[in-house]
Amino acid sequence: MSDETNGAPERFAIGISFGNTSSSIARINPEGKAEVIANEEGDRQIPSVLSYIDGEEYHGTQAKAQLVRNSQNTVAYFRDYLGKDFKSIDATPCHNSAHPQPQESTVAFSIVDTASETPSTVTVSEIATRHLRRLKQSASDYLGKEVNAAVITVPTDFTEAQREALTASAKAAGLEVLQLIHEPVAAALAYDARPEATVTDKLVVVADLGGTRSDAAVLACRGGMYSILATAHDYELGGASLDKIIIDHFAKEFIKKHKTDPRENARGLAKLKLEGEGARKTLSLGTNASLSIESLADGIDFGSTVNRTRYELLSNKIFAQFTGLIEQVIQKAGLDVLDIDEVIFAGGASHTPKIAQLARNIFSEKTQILAPSTFTGAINPSELAPRGAAIQASLIQEFDKEDIEQSIHPMVTATPHLKNAIGVEVTSAETVEFQPLLNAETALPARRVAQYNAPKAGGDVFIRVCEGVREIKVTKPEPKPKEEKPKTEGDEDDSDFDSDEEEEEIREIVWKTEKPIAELAVKGVKAGSKVELMIHVNADLGLQITAREVGGQNAVRGAVQAA
Amino acid sequence: MTSVQVVNVSLPALSEGWSAEKDFKAVGTLSAATQRNLEAVGPHFLAHARRKRHHRTFSEDERIQAQQNVKKTEDEEDDNISEDEDPMMLSRDAKDWKGQDHYAVLGITKYRWRATPEQIKRAHRKKVLRHHPDKKAALGDRDENDSFFKCIQKAHEVLSDPVKRRQFDSVDEAADVEPPTKKEAAKNFFKLWQRVFEAEGRFSKIQPVPKLGDDNSTFEEVDNFYNFWYNFDSWRTFEYLDEDVPDDGESRDQKRHTEKKNANARRKRKNEDTARLRKLVDDCAAQDERIKKFRKAARADKDKKRLEKEAEAKRLAEEKEKARLEEEQRKKDAEEAAKAEREKNKKAKEAAKNATKKNKRVVKGSVKDVNYFADGEASASQVDSVLTDVELIMSKIDAEELAGLAERLTAAGKDAAAVKNVYAEEAKRLVGAGKLKEGETKTF
Repeated sequence: MSDETNGAPERFAIGISFGNTSSSIARINPEGKAEVIANEEGDRQIPSVLSYIDGEEYHGTQAKAQLVRNSQNTVAYFRDYLGKDFKSIDATPCHNSAHPQPQESTVAFSIVDTASETPSTVTVSEIATRHLRRLKQSASDYLGKEVNAAVITVPTDFTEAQREALTASAKAAGLEVLQLIHEPVAAALAYDARPEATVTDKLVVVADLGGTRSDAAVLACRGGMYSILATAHDYELGGASLDKIIIDHFAKEFIKKHKTDPRENARGLAKLKLEGEGARKTLSLGTNASLSIESLADGIDFGSTVNRTRYELLSNKIFAQFTGLIEQVIQKAGLDVLDIDEVIFAGGASHTPKIAQLARNIFSEKTQILAPSTFTGAINPSELAPRGAAIQASLIQEFDKEDIEQSIHPMVTATPHLKNAIGVEVTSAETVEFQPLLNAETALPARRVAQYNAPKAGGDVFIRVCEGVREIKVTKPEPKPKEEKPKTEGDEDDSDFDSDEEEEEIREIVWKTEKPIAELAVKGVKAGSKVELMIHVNADLGLQITAREVGGQNAVRGAVQAA
Repeated sequence: MTSVQVVNVSLPALSEGWSAEKDFKAVGTLSAATQRNLEAVGPHFLAHARRKRHHRTFSEDERIQAQQNVKKTEDEEDDNISEDEDPMMLSRDAKDWKGQDHYAVLGITKYRWRATPEQIKRAHRKKVLRHHPDKKAALGDRDENDSFFKCIQKAHEVLSDPVKRRQFDSVDEAADVEPPTKKEAAKNFFKLWQRVFEAEGRFSKIQPVPKLGDDNSTFEEVDNFYNFWYNFDSWRTFEYLDEDVPDDGESRDQKRHTEKKNANARRKRKNEDTARLRKLVDDCAAQDERIKKFRKAARADKDKKRLEKEAEAKRLAEEKEKARLEEEQRKKDAEEAAKAEREKNKKAKEAAKNATKKNKRVVKGSVKDVNYFADGEASASQVDSVLTDVELIMSKIDAEELAGLAERLTAAGKDAAAVKNVYAEEAKRLVGAGKLKEGETKTF
């Protein structure tokens, strides 16, 4: 659309996923594919950690290593403190690094970040700016071109103040924030932007299992547009919870041998944490992980191994929490597991194979579980958000600032969504079937086109456009005749989970016609031909319906006025 | 954008007895919608935003997008070079590369010096694709003549090297714009001359080159424009027209001679060019109505100033004259006053003189009246001594004292003792004042 004609310096945008634990940067490569950029150290997941020694700044993995020796001058897990006051933050993750302190209306860290001895107070915004500046530098170095704009992903529960704080920090780091996008949507976009992906209507659960927190969201994807139906957050659950299992496991082993608890000493705990995290990540790929730490406690070196089965056994409870979060968000959205077409696993902890396998068991056969262990074409879960951001950045980087602002304005984003599905009632012999064409939660205005087979003999065809609701039919595999559990109509969240007592039930989705909208007839259709039906729903709920024989001249048109 | 779903179910046949106007019957309405926030992400959302912002329907938006896409490819096509190739040019010999128009060879004559390196690169590529000898061979053209391909290579060599390109641009007469004649310029001065200066401006070391402007340009703008062109700093060189310097080591003299000749030729051409440009600017300035306008305005301004100045001078002269007259009057008055004073003084002096005379007479008379202090007839010697003393005293005292003395003497009347007393007192006073030595007066 609008080209760079205003003489402003050319924008060069990347996608940034700024996480509490780690951050990633991505761009669109010349082939048009999203690609996560490695920093100078070769890391694609750059720990969101900054450390200072004698006024020198360390970033990423190097800074993370400083958590053992120089924890007081190392800042980690600061993303969620952005734009918040001291009272409302949870300081637990920072137990092992520089502690947050109140500073006017924001949070700050007291660290020695210069060559002088005296610690200075650095606000969390300033820390974020420094972090983003390093990310920007890494990207610019890699691309050989100054990066000056970015699309940054944020969790769905980021408040306006947090968004503003992040935008300001990025600006201070020399990055124009083109747009802040939600992490689950970025993940969904990363999958949908694959060349093999087709635009279909689907309901997607995005499970973003991070380092210190986990989020889940239900997205309705309708014609390539996303709406968030529900979100759930767990601020204690994450990779760190799994690390804790590993740490406790090894600590117990150490106590058994040496009678001292390495966790009691801060440095021992830090070492164990660092190595434990490594071991946990190894277990996501291999079946065995070894761990060796020099001078863990009392100068004793420690080395041990753990296998995956053991780990999975120990972590069962945590895994259940992860799957519980997913079930919780589906329930919150008023949906059933059967409604979900796709589950996208994002975030570092999603590499854990067992979590995806457990999710596999929850969902039906037709649901795709997009995680490395269940789907071969899966994208690295850690890279989903930055990729999505990079895709969005490439889409909007040529827009004017004003254009972007107008496009993401609530005037544009707030749209009516269909309450019930719209489809065609197909009556053949005795059975009446409902074929949905526009699904519920489709943003309006919307338009769909479908082709249906004409009756074998040809002739006149009758089309009945109706509103339909889906119901969950539970069938008991007893020899007795099929028994239908009638549901209250239209109330979709009435799907009971607690009915799996004695025998395995077969649960399936059935569509039921709710109310007819329009009837039309296409006359003189040839045998073996097809009938094309186009339904256009206006934002005011008015409909335009057109039906014609494929290749035919005469179309039957009609409009249904809004209620 | 909307893909067609193919649903593999058969629609029912029309039942008997169903009928509706135009085969369509609305039988219900949709349930109320739920308001939700769309996530502002992804290409489909952007399409939605576009439709919503511009109030387009699906089909309108599709049409507009399609049109834009078509336009884009057209632009690209436009960028690419599709100029006809002159058969004469195709048969050129690459050896005569100095005589060829490199831009024409690459088919970018409409850009010439404006062509970006990118355009040159693309144009070259396109030409190569068409004229490469291998390609010709593959097309079954048995003609081994690849001279035009060499021309293309040479053109690319010249145009892709910034230094060589400048040398060629310097002598690229096809890019020059002829200055308009007076008649033409009278009608369309700004447009025609602007084109000339735009073309000449390509040689400027200082970019951007000021614009000729229009009728409404301010004096500064016009002044700036002509100053720029009169002090034009050109990078134009004429190396391109150099004679080839023989490169064999044998005839060094010949080589030097040629080099010298070339240097002279370059200098001469450069001077000619400078003169040409100067004349061009002169011509333009001569036709420029704005300069006349400004000059007229300046003259009016000057006249106004001169008049003002004259008025001022006149006023000053008048003032001066007035001052002078006043001064004269003052002097005259002063003189008259002085004269009167003098006369007054004179009169006073005369009066004083008369008074003194009178007093002297009184003083002299006083001694005479008392018979020179002599009882009876005074002897001549006594008269003489008294008179001498009186003369002495009179000579020692001034007019006022004399008046006082005369008064006292008058008061003394003809009493000899009193008169003598008066004299004695006077003599004593004079002695006291040191004007008279004691014993100088004999009588008193």
